[in-house]
Amino acid sequence: MPLKADLWQGAHAITMGALKAGVNFFAGYPITPSTEIAESMSLMLPREGGVFIQMEDEIASISSLIGASLAGAKAITATSGPGFSLMQEGIGYAQMVEVPLVVVNVMRGGPSTGLPTKPTQADVMQARWGTHGDHPSIVLCPSSVRESYYLMIRAVNLSERFRTPVIFLTDEVIAHMRERVEINLNDKIYVEPRLQPKDKTDYKTFQPDERLVPHPANYGTGFRTVVTALYHDETGFQNTAAEVAYRFNKRIVEKVEKYIDEIAEIEEYNVDNAELVFFSYGCTHRTVQQVIHDANNPKWGYLKLITLWPFHDKLITKKLEKAKILVVPELNMGQMVHEIHRLFGSSKKIVQVNRWDGEMITPEQLRKAVLEA
Amino acid sequence: MSTRNEILDYTKRDKMPHVFCPGCGNGEVMHGMLQAIQELQWDPTQILIVGGIGCSSRVATYTIFDSLHTLHGRAIPFAIGAKLANPQLKVIIVTGDGDASAIGGNHLIHAARRNMPLTVFIINNNTYGMTGGQFSPTSPIGTISATSPCGHVEEPFSITDLLVGAGAPFVARTGTLYYLEMIKLMKLALKKNGFAAIDIITQCPTNYGRPNRIPKAYDLLKMQSDLLIPKDKYDTLTDEERAGKMARGIIRDIDKPTFLDHYNACVLSTKKAKVML
Repeated sequence: MPLKADLWQGAHAITMGALKAGVNFFAGYPITPSTEIAESMSLMLPREGGVFIQMEDEIASISSLIGASLAGAKAITATSGPGFSLMQEGIGYAQMVEVPLVVVNVMRGGPSTGLPTKPTQADVMQARWGTHGDHPSIVLCPSSVRESYYLMIRAVNLSERFRTPVIFLTDEVIAHMRERVEINLNDKIYVEPRLQPKDKTDYKTFQPDERLVPHPANYGTGFRTVVTALYHDETGFQNTAAEVAYRFNKRIVEKVEKYIDEIAEIEEYNVDNAELVFFSYGCTHRTVQQVIHDANNPKWGYLKLITLWPFHDKLITKKLEKAKILVVPELNMGQMVHEIHRLFGSSKKIVQVNRWDGEMITPEQLRKAVLEA
Repeated sequence: MSTRNEILDYTKRDKMPHVFCPGCGNGEVMHGMLQAIQELQWDPTQILIVGGIGCSSRVATYTIFDSLHTLHGRAIPFAIGAKLANPQLKVIIVTGDGDASAIGGNHLIHAARRNMPLTVFIINNNTYGMTGGQFSPTSPIGTISATSPCGHVEEPFSITDLLVGAGAPFVARTGTLYYLEMIKLMKLALKKNGFAAIDIITQCPTNYGRPNRIPKAYDLLKMQSDLLIPKDKYDTLTDEERAGKMARGIIRDIDKPTFLDHYNACVLSTKKAKVML
């Protein structure tokens, strides 16, 4: 039976995806262009038996997410540039004490108050390195309304699987755009369970399993869960001894990096035959699609990143090894292109196409840049 | 009356000695809190102790309950998340004057405004002890501290006035000198269905006392008897007589619906509302 077509906004797709993944706690603070997510959550969550709360600022929002997640909730927030900056300390806390949660950042023009109603992709590096200290990062980036729905489910699942915060990095265009979608909300979707310890006698809050992930008991379950963001040993109690710090930091990075094949997701088109490959993500990918479609050139292809971080060096190198020219369009002064320079140096021609004035890169602009290359 | 051993059973004995200095008031507050919990016969598995950052907030880490040692100033929003995710939890916040009223001041007043069902014990020693004794929002004018070597120049907060202004239904103040009163007030605060906070004046001989030439805990405690006046007596004093003094006891105790009461009522009506997206 054909599905009923709907006209959805990106923000709505994020809300629906989150609910499908079992999210039952949302805390946030109004900020353009992310507010539609909070608005739809405020309507949907109470009906589903969940909690919606508008906090006094973004710092309080991320803090309450951590408390809620430790008490067993699946928790998310949504914000944009300035709010994302305010949340960085809390995101680091969640990395340190291994709390599953998802932060949606709808990128707008920065720095600072910048261009509140216009898109950029300038938070790519902040999403990776925004909080202090060495830490893992899982950052996902959709390029359509439909993809926003399924990727949000994946974001929540990955945060539970790895017990780490996941950044859902979208932009003003994808979050505000309304697109035709055909989604069956009743489809069976895999939802990652919150694993809980069974044995109270030998319980240690941060005892990692064979995949390096610990499974702290939710608060109130009688296990005596001990949480601090000081360096801590397996019991959860503070321990700043050098060997504990060394082992701990290594583990929280490795638990993600070792399983990068599970996390890294790309979409490709004609990459095996192409001499020229567009390398893009998010809204900029839509311009790439148009240019590829119009050109109908058998020597052109694209590689779209869905997982921005961790960056899968091996996979990307292999996929792009045949290409001679790489075109990297971004709505910033060039952020992800650094990874391409790092992988390929001067062995390939790398063409940057950038815009940071709050407008999209148009197909004409991209085509012109390619023809000049 | 609980015995010493019953209270020690609530502590992580294997983690002793604790980080508190000799003469510090944090141990008294912690002991008092554990005694209050013991006397209320609460199920230890349903208690969550949340701390921020600072000497005060380490209290959370030494109890056997579920514990959450958070970020500087953020104990209250962390606690709100846990409470809303599991309303059965008894969530107790142990924080300090800097943690609660400077960096966390915004969260404190908004939690009071919302009447979030939480218990907050503010260990108020007028200083940032853990970082070496800088002035805090409750340091009196003239205080010598690591960042006010010539004497502090700012007016201090009255945390209880702040909380009453923000709408908290239960506000009290006491001091470590008044140990039995502290336990009595703690029990009332813990039993309160709503936002309940106690401003607990304590002594920090190491980082507040020494620079102000009051290095002995005994002398700092003795000063509390001049500073803290029972509420009913304080109310009869003139403004001049009140200078340098603070009321102790129950400052405010009223009943009003909590955030959860309002939220649950709202959920019922939302279920009937039409979805418009």
